[in-house]
Amino acid sequence: MQFSIYRYNPETDKKPRMQDYELEIEAGSDMMLLDALIALKEQDPTLAFRRSCREGVCGSDGLNINGKNGLACITPVSALKGKKVIVRPLPGLPVIRDLVVDMAQFYRQYEKIRPYLINNDEPPAREHLQSPEDRAKLDGLYECILCACCSTACPSFWWNPDKFVGPSGLLQAYRFLIDSRDTETSSRLADLDDAYSLFRCRGIMNCVDVCPKGLNPTRAIGHIRSMMLQQGL
Amino acid sequence: MVTSATSFGRSGLHDWVIQRVTAVVLAAYVIYLAAFVFSAESLEFIVWQGLFGKLWFKIFSLLALASLCFHAWIGMWIVSTDYIKPTGIRMVFQVLVILACFAFLIWGAQIFWSV
Repeated sequence: MQFSIYRYNPETDKKPRMQDYELEIEAGSDMMLLDALIALKEQDPTLAFRRSCREGVCGSDGLNINGKNGLACITPVSALKGKKVIVRPLPGLPVIRDLVVDMAQFYRQYEKIRPYLINNDEPPAREHLQSPEDRAKLDGLYECILCACCSTACPSFWWNPDKFVGPSGLLQAYRFLIDSRDTETSSRLADLDDAYSLFRCRGIMNCVDVCPKGLNPTRAIGHIRSMMLQQGL
Repeated sequence: MVTSATSFGRSGLHDWVIQRVTAVVLAAYVIYLAAFVFSAESLEFIVWQGLFGKLWFKIFSLLALASLCFHAWIGMWIVSTDYIKPTGIRMVFQVLVILACFAFLIWGAQIFWSV
């Protein structure tokens, strides 16, 4: 099987290039793309990429695979079409080396939404209790692993990565807005009420298309707008 | 919270709501006008004057034009903040759009009320 992989070392290379690799893969193999990359790294130890849990939980190996963002560790090589598998780093973020990108911008947006529970009430004797119904509202939100596949597939995030929170951050923002134990709903909404942070989402839905966990940031963004509208009318 | 100086409103929610309300007004105006054109037996001067001479239609027309101007201000501002990166060119573009919207609105009002 043939691979074409993005190579760039800012310290030595003037510009990025695509390098071809070939790997023997047995027919009927259930190899994942991450396994293939690890095998290619044995051929060429200079190839750099991130990986950790190798089972779609840590979110380290988000890559642009044949033009679509996804996690290498849960992408079967057998599912990849075309003569050559084209692997690039996540688009829109600065490349540190080869397939490794600088996620600082992405984390800055995540930090902005205050991704932690804030409760200003008197602390309960043991713990903040939540009904099963209220807990169910967090399903489809808390599962985000911050792999950045969605935000780096979003044109609005490409154009304004410093101002638009991005699908991942907004999904997390809604996770705390809808949490029955959080008391900062109003100030969280106020923080998002500018022309960029939330409203730069134009409903392109690339985020929904690429999310390796099957989450729906566009729906969460719609819910945040509804909450804002209910407060603002 | 990100600040913006030349956007239509000061709040993202405000611009978002205005964008949607003006879109509905524009759709209603276009549908009404299209229905009028297709249902009219003839489209002579007197028929047009009969339509545009009515006070309620003058108000409807002005409302549609105002909606177009606000919609364009918000929309073009968003396009410019996505695609025009140099601050100087972006500012000139945004100011030109705002001035054009204002000029077209006054000009249009004058036309509607001269019928």
